[in-house]
Formats: sequence, C-alpha cells, structure tokens
Amino acid sequence: MNVLEFSAVVFAGSLAAGFLGALTGFGGGVVIVPLLTLGLGVDIRYAIGASLVSVIATSSGAAAAYVKEGFSNIRIGMFLELATTIGTLLGAALAGVISGGAIAVIFGLFLVYSAWLSGRPRRERAAGEKADPMAAALKLDGHYPGPAGWVDYHVRAVPTGFSLMLVAGTLSGLLGIGSGAVKVLAMDLAMGLPFKVSTTTSNFMIGVTAAASAGLYLNRGYIDPGLAMPVVLGVLLGASAGARRLAGAKSRTLRLVFASVILVLGAQMIYKGVTGQL
Amino acid sequence: MDGQGESTPDERVEVFIGTLLRAGVTLAAAVVFLGGVAYLASHGTQIPDYRIFRGEPSDLRNIAGIVTDAARLSRRGLIQFGLLLLIATPIVRVGFTVLAFILQKDKTYVLITLIVLGILLYSLVGAGW
Repeated sequence: MNVLEFSAVVFAGSLAAGFLGALTGFGGGVVIVPLLTLGLGVDIRYAIGASLVSVIATSSGAAAAYVKEGFSNIRIGMFLELATTIGTLLGAALAGVISGGAIAVIFGLFLVYSAWLSGRPRRERAAGEKADPMAAALKLDGHYPGPAGWVDYHVRAVPTGFSLMLVAGTLSGLLGIGSGAVKVLAMDLAMGLPFKVSTTTSNFMIGVTAAASAGLYLNRGYIDPGLAMPVVLGVLLGASAGARRLAGAKSRTLRLVFASVILVLGAQMIYKGVTGQL
Repeated sequence: MDGQGESTPDERVEVFIGTLLRAGVTLAAAVVFLGGVAYLASHGTQIPDYRIFRGEPSDLRNIAGIVTDAARLSRRGLIQFGLLLLIATPIVRVGFTVLAFILQKDKTYVLITLIVLGILLYSLVGAGW
C-alpha cells in the first residue's frame, strides 16, 4: 500500500467514524485510534496525535451551532476546564513514560466502559431545588430556554464533578480522545445538570481539553502531518454530515450497533495490548 | 447574587466567537487540504511507515519551525501549519472568554479563565520537552 492508497483508506475510515460518531453521540475520536492501530498497524502514539487534532476540529466546528441554542453554561465549562486541563498535563506526562501496550489496555478498558455506559438509559435527575453554597459562590447555576420559557437549574456536588473532570482530562491527555463520555457523566449524574446543558457544555470543553493535550503532543513530535491530514479532513466532513442528519431523533438501533463495534474494538485493544502486539 | 440571567457571559460575544471558530476551522481545513494535495502529488507512490514511532523532525514540533516551513511552502509544513491553526481555535476562544468576563467585571472568572489560558499556552509553547 503506497501513501496515496493509505491516505484514501484512512480518509474513508475517518469519514465513517466522524459520521457515526456525530449521529450516535459517541464522537469520532473513540474509533479513530483503534482503526489506525488495529486496522492499519500505526504506532499508537501517532494515532493518538492524529485523533486529538480531529477532536478539536469537530468541537470548534460545532460550537457556532451550539452557542445559538443558548444551552451551554460558560461558567461551568470554564470552572471545570481548570480540572480537565490540569488532568491533561498529567495524562500527557503519563503517556510519555508508560509503554504503548499499557496505553492500549487503558484505551480498551475505556472503550468497554463507554459501550456499557451507552447501553444504560440516560435518566434525567430531578434538578436540585435549593442552591448548593459552593455552586452559588461560583455562580454556576443557570437557566436554559425550555418549551415554556426559561428553565432554572441548580448545580450540586461541585467537588465530585471537579474530581471526575480531573479524570476526564487525564484520559484525554493519555488517550487522545475528547472523553466526552466522562464529562457528560460528571455533569449529568454528579452535578445534576439538565441534558441539554451538559451535552453542549461538554462539546465546548472537549475542544479546550483536546487543545491542551494537542500542544503537548505536537511538542513531542507525535503529530505527523501525513497521517493527521486524512484523519482530520475525514472526521470533519463526516461529523458535519452527521450533525445535519441529527436533527431528528437518534436511532437507537444505530447506537446499539455502534456500541457493539466499540465493545469489540475495546476487547481487541486490551488483548493486543496485553500480548504486546501494539 | 446568583448569576441568574448571566449563565452565558454575553450572548453576542458568544455568537461572534462561535462564528469565528467556524471560520478558523474552515481556514485550517483548507490549508490542510492544499498541503495534503501537494503532499500526495509528490509522495503518493512512496510506502508509508507509521509502524515504528520515530517522532517528527524538530522543525515540525514547534510554532517557529512550522511557520518557517509553511512560509517556504514545504508540503508537510503546510499541513502542520493547518493543524496548528486548528489547535489554536479553542485557545482563541478561551482568550475571548477572558475578555467577556472582563467586560462583566467578574474577577473570579477572569482569574479562572486566565489560568486555563495559561495552561493552554504552556502546553503549546512552553513545554519544550
């Protein structure tokens, strides 16, 4: 396979990953690294570098649409970015000292966890009635446009949410993903944010977190232009096509199929990581 | 003092930032695409080798080197410059958010956002390791 054919294959795979990632809400990043490492034998560090840049592209590209809807809470996003960017430095430092095989195993575990998480129904918690003093001091409470006027919400469990974001940042720096799954979990389950707010705020945060990781990876020489080029262009095109089709309801079947694919990829990453093939 | 009605710093600033980001992504993608076409045209028949990690040459690892390479229209340098623009988009966004909080005179969040901006700049510029 020469460079032209290789780039075409990577582009097609990234296009599909971006499209399905946007449609199902998993994001494209989670399948790019397995695709490149398991499918094409790319070293995991190059794969992580390329994946990171594509994560930034989709997050920034979608920001304009999200902002207009008025759901994202910039204060929550910024406050939690403190945790994710610090986590990122931790994760990227970790990536420099542990082996590729170990990274593959952690990646595999994260994929299995993401697939499991997506199988569970996402239940909206009743919004906190009274204000959490910490959330009030940080002015995290907000409101969003509902069908019948503005809906107010209060934020709970600020320290728990902050700690989970440290983990999300570390994973992002270590694995080159947006780790939106962990971010949404922290905001939904721990902090009790409404879905619309947590999803859009997470999109905002993913780009910032990934940028912190990407800077470090660039300095370390993990970002190869020849490899990142087809990945970024493919994911970007795929994701914008997916987002346009998203207008309706997400297909549950499609989500289930994609979750199964992620589960299989995760198992393979763990196996190959443990046996030293990655 | 509960921040009601102010969960987004300023609607217009945010819409402006969103549009700016999309323009940035489009510009970056165009640069990556142009560099990519040139790269494929000249290297297309070579055999790619990403199996063994070697790391990029030092000029593709820092801003000054990338800008120099892109300015002399090196193919890989152009792509890398486009990727650099992409990495810069969220950083620009955080920079504008600092401004939005300054306009609101919200000292706590000016400080928080400045720290985040500092970490981002450190990771891109300062972490020469």
